[in-house]
Amino acid sequence: MYTTELQKTKAVAGTEDPDKLAAFEARVAADEFIEPKDWMPEAYRRTLTRQISQHAHSEIVGMLPEGNWITRAPSLRRKAILLAKVQDEAGHGLYLYSAAETLGTSREEMIEALHSGKAKYSTIFNYPTLTWADIGAIGWLVDGAAIMNQVPLQRTSYGPYARAMVRVCKEESFHQRQGYEIMMHLAAGTPEQKRMAQDALNRWWWPSLMMFGPPDADSPNTAQSMRWRIKRETNDELRQKFVDITVPQAEALGLSVPDPVLAWNEEKGGHDFGEIDWEEFYAVVRGEGPVAKERMKARRDAWEEGAWVREAAAAYAEKHARKAEAA
Amino acid sequence: MASLPPIDLPRGATGAGAFDALAEGGENNVLFGFLLRLGDDSLILGQRLSEWTGHAPSVEVDLSLANIALDLVGQATHFLNHAGEVEGKGRDGDALAFRRDVLDFRNCWLVEQPNGDFAQTMARQLLFSGWQKLLFQALLGSRDATVAAVAEKAVKEVTYHEELAAEWVIRLGDGTEESRRRMQDGLEWMWRFVPELFDMDPLAAFVAEHGLGADLAALRPAWDRRVRSVIEQATLRVPADQRPILGGRRGHHSEHLGHLLCTMQFLPRTYPDATW
Repeated sequence: MYTTELQKTKAVAGTEDPDKLAAFEARVAADEFIEPKDWMPEAYRRTLTRQISQHAHSEIVGMLPEGNWITRAPSLRRKAILLAKVQDEAGHGLYLYSAAETLGTSREEMIEALHSGKAKYSTIFNYPTLTWADIGAIGWLVDGAAIMNQVPLQRTSYGPYARAMVRVCKEESFHQRQGYEIMMHLAAGTPEQKRMAQDALNRWWWPSLMMFGPPDADSPNTAQSMRWRIKRETNDELRQKFVDITVPQAEALGLSVPDPVLAWNEEKGGHDFGEIDWEEFYAVVRGEGPVAKERMKARRDAWEEGAWVREAAAAYAEKHARKAEAA
Repeated sequence: MASLPPIDLPRGATGAGAFDALAEGGENNVLFGFLLRLGDDSLILGQRLSEWTGHAPSVEVDLSLANIALDLVGQATHFLNHAGEVEGKGRDGDALAFRRDVLDFRNCWLVEQPNGDFAQTMARQLLFSGWQKLLFQALLGSRDATVAAVAEKAVKEVTYHEELAAEWVIRLGDGTEESRRRMQDGLEWMWRFVPELFDMDPLAAFVAEHGLGADLAALRPAWDRRVRSVIEQATLRVPADQRPILGGRRGHHSEHLGHLLCTMQFLPRTYPDATW
């Protein structure tokens, strides 16, 4: 899973040492990786902390819509695959939190920011999973969009993030294939299964396009992020790629993309597609998505109800560290 | 190896009408019944553990619970597919997992118990995985080649499950006041389901005698040593024994199993003609 750039970093230009900044920018321009102990501009650190922690939160919150179907997966094979997939997401969350921690913010601080609503996560997870086909659609579309976003991030300028992305991308490509395979099965199945598949595509298509973030014209941070090679392609470029790859896949399934304007444009060598409802996008960013409250409540409940376990583990570790010292 | 001829067992050692007698119309094919016991234990506990996904006390715990669930679903798949072959009526693991009702499930009571809090989940895991580890070690020598092969793979998995559970029981028992209380409560809650694990009913006795299954009663001393040592390290009390609650192995379960099956079997039941 991937997260869009949902919050803005306040400009801190003019406060950095110009020589250090020039050296840093030269390294980035030469495609060198920046490592945790290297000097970096404060805005770079903040942008990355925000982006990586949002990405981590997205993985963790993203476990919920799919976790919703593990207990109802329709065969032993599907159950095992879905369990493995959601487990991968927990793993992604874990090493993304670790990558973000190298920038100087603790995991607890990041989780608190999520629970207080200060930190964001991908808007896509604020939509409900209604039928089994939603598990197919999430793998196919949501993980498909994530891969589109994450492949360029394997070359992002911050070393720990780039390296985490290498592993994440391998697993995501498995996730996407399993999602598409579910859709193939449903699309070739009974009328009820086809109905589920089409309905899932109808509901997940537009939110998936929104995953790439606001249009370039409304994404003021893009230029700076591109310059620092945090980002390697713009939101609109990635969105176009996603549409061009996904439309033929929908056709192969015999499903229709819910966009009456969608058409191949020979001249531009890509699809034209309809206007995204940005009002809905910004509402979901504000926390007004259909199941946003449920998602946040589930995360807060898990955290609060598990507090005694974490406290016990800490108390035990401390007790035994003291004993070891005394011995 | 080929399946055994169907063997009729006495209708429950305790006689007709007893709770732990064989459920009405119950299957008497011994090897099939034995494989259901193995497969259903793993399936039902895997299903229970997967309920935690996304809701565990930390990401690390989420990972380990999902990992255990995944191992158990894998074991269930092997055992139930084999059970279907042995039965010879064209049912596969999915048909057995998703199209049977409570009276035909052969898992023990322990695995169908709700997760409760994390301490209860870990108590259940310690008691069960400690038993499953000894069982699978014994099944390495099973005359049924499939059972032996699955046991060989699974024994490594359940050794890890048991170690993980033991570590948590110790940490929680010797952690804070609250965790200590919860861990003791968890053990007390689950303890009444222990005797069923070691119950040598006629089917268990038959498969043990014929080199297919293990002598369950003989596993008890090693299990006691291990579990008591963990409880001691956790600075907790070993709960008191009570009259055994039996019946799961013969289709008589707690009220929880029906609800678990409702959730698990919903799609195949609702769309009987569909494949997934």
